[in-house]
Amino acid sequence: MDIRAVENLAELARIELSEEEKKSLLKDMEGILGYIKQIKEVKVDEVAPAQDLINVWREDLPASGGPEKSREFSPELIKEQFPDSQDGFLKVKKIL
Amino acid sequence: MIDLAALTIAEARKKLDGKVFSAVDLAQAYLTEIEKKNKELNAYLEVYDDVLEQAKAADEMIAKGESHPLLGIPLAIKDVILIKDRKVSAASKILENYKASYDATVILKLKKQGVVFLGRTNTDEFAMGGSTENSAFGVTKNPHDTSRVSGGSSGGSVVAVASNMALGALGSDTGGSVREPAAFCGIVGFKPTYGRVSRYGLIAMGSSLDCIGEIAKNVRDAEIIYNAVKGRDDLDSTTISDETYPKVFSKDKLVIGIPYDFALGEGVSPEVRENFKQAVEKLKKFGFKIKDISLKNVDMSLAVYYIIMPAEVSTNLARFDGVRYGLHKDGKNLFDDYKLTKGAGFGKEVRRRILIGTYVLSAGYYDAYYGKAQLIRDALKEEFNKTFNKVDLIATPTTPDTAWKIGEKSDPLSAYLADIFTVTANILGIPAISLPSGFIETEDKKLPLGIQFMAPHGAEDLLFDVGKVFEAIKDN
Repeated sequence: MDIRAVENLAELARIELSEEEKKSLLKDMEGILGYIKQIKEVKVDEVAPAQDLINVWREDLPASGGPEKSREFSPELIKEQFPDSQDGFLKVKKIL
Repeated sequence: MIDLAALTIAEARKKLDGKVFSAVDLAQAYLTEIEKKNKELNAYLEVYDDVLEQAKAADEMIAKGESHPLLGIPLAIKDVILIKDRKVSAASKILENYKASYDATVILKLKKQGVVFLGRTNTDEFAMGGSTENSAFGVTKNPHDTSRVSGGSSGGSVVAVASNMALGALGSDTGGSVREPAAFCGIVGFKPTYGRVSRYGLIAMGSSLDCIGEIAKNVRDAEIIYNAVKGRDDLDSTTISDETYPKVFSKDKLVIGIPYDFALGEGVSPEVRENFKQAVEKLKKFGFKIKDISLKNVDMSLAVYYIIMPAEVSTNLARFDGVRYGLHKDGKNLFDDYKLTKGAGFGKEVRRRILIGTYVLSAGYYDAYYGKAQLIRDALKEEFNKTFNKVDLIATPTTPDTAWKIGEKSDPLSAYLADIFTVTANILGIPAISLPSGFIETEDKKLPLGIQFMAPHGAEDLLFDVGKVFEAIKDN
C-alpha cells in the first residue's frame, strides 16, 4: 500500500485529508491489513451452507393500525435541520 | 437519604409502589450524584433539564395505581439511540447539534412504562472503539481507577450505572461494546440474540452485527430492562419472533463448554487466566458439567470482524454528507461539500474504518477479504451449531486484560485485540452476557474482571439462569 492508494480510497469515500493524516492513516492501515490478511490462509468450503434466511416481505400497502406500525415523526424537526432551504424545501448545489 | 449503592431496579420498584420514596425523590438523588461525579468521570454528555418533570409524571402514574417494572426508574441512554426532540450526536462532531425527529422503538416502549430518562451518555464516536477515547467529547474515566479507560464503546452508560449515576442503562453492542466496558467496570452487560430488540432509531454502525444491549448492576435488573425493550417490530425487518428459533429449555445440570486453547491462549494476561480458572472451578463445584471443547477457526473471529464491520461502516456512514442534516461545510461544488463536511466532521477512528471498509469492498480485493470473511463466518456458524448440540453454554473471559491506562493504546490494532472474546457472538448473532468475576490488584487499585457466557440463538433465558447462579457463588 502507498500514499496514492490512501488518496484514492479517501476520494472514493469523499473524505478530505491533510498530507500529515494521509501518512498516519497509511501506517495504521498497513498494520490493520497485515493483521486481517491472515484469513487468506484459512481453508473453508466454497460451497455456501444451507441458508436460514426468512422472508420478511409484506404487501406494499401503507402501514396502519397500532402505534408500532405508524410512528409519529416531526416534519418540523426535519426541516429545521436542513443546512440550507428555500420555501420549506431542502436546497442543494447544482448537480449537473 | 436513599442508599443508591445498594439499590436495584427490583428493589426500587417495591419502594416506589410502597411509597417509601417517590420517583421525584429517586430522580433527585441521582441528579445530586451526577452533579458530584460527572465532571470528573464524563459519563453523561448531557443531563436532561426536565428529569424532575419526567419523575413527577411517573409519580402521577403511580398515584393512579399503575405499576410497570420500570415505572419511575431513572435510566441512562447511550448517545446513539433517538429520543424525539432531544439531541443525539453519536459523540461525533458531524451530528453535534442534531435533534431526533422521532422515538426509537426501545424508547417508545420505555416511555410507555414511565421510565425517567436522566441523559445521554458518552461513547466512542459512532460506537467505534473499546475505550471511549474515540469520543469527540472527551474520554469517560473508569470509576475504579480514574487514570484508566471505562471501556467502550458504551463506556458512558456503564460508568453511569457503576458509579450510581443511573439505576440501569441502554447501550449498543456491535463487537462487545456493552460487555467489555461492563467487565472493565465490574457490572453486568447483556447482548441479546441478533434481532431480539428492535434497532429502529439506533444510529447504525455494522448492520449485520449491531444489537441494543442492557446494562445493570445485577442479572435480574438486566433481565427486567431486556423484557421491557425486546420484541418484534414492523419497523425493523431484522427483528425476530419467539418462534424464529427452537425453544431452549433450562435444565438442572447445564453443560458449559470451555474452549481452553482459546480462552487461556496467547495474549491473555496471567491474572485473567487465573481468575477465569477459579470461576470455572466454582461453577464445577456448584454442579455444572464442564466440558473441554475446541472451536476451529474461532481464532479467526477478530480478523473476520475487522473486515465485515468496517465494510458495513463505510456503507452506513455514507449518509452523513452535510446535505440534509448535521454539520455542513461549504465548498465550491457539491463534491467539495461532501469532502469538506466528512473531513471536518469525522474523527480519526471513523475515517480509518471507512477507509478500511472501502478497501475490503473495492473491486480487486472484495473476494480476498469481504467474500472470504463471509465464508469463514458461515463456517463458524456451522461449527457453533454443532458445538451447541453438545453443550448448553460456552464460557470465556470477557476481555484478555483489565482496563488500560488512558492513552496507552495509541496503535489502533492493539486496542482492537481487546475484542478477541466478544466479537464472535456478534458475528454469529448469538446472545451473550458479561458478569463480574472478581478483581485484581494493580498499583493499589482493585480492577474488575469479567466472565462471558454465550448461548444458542434465542436462548437468553439460559444466560439469565447461569448468571444468577454465578452471582450467588462467585464470592465463595
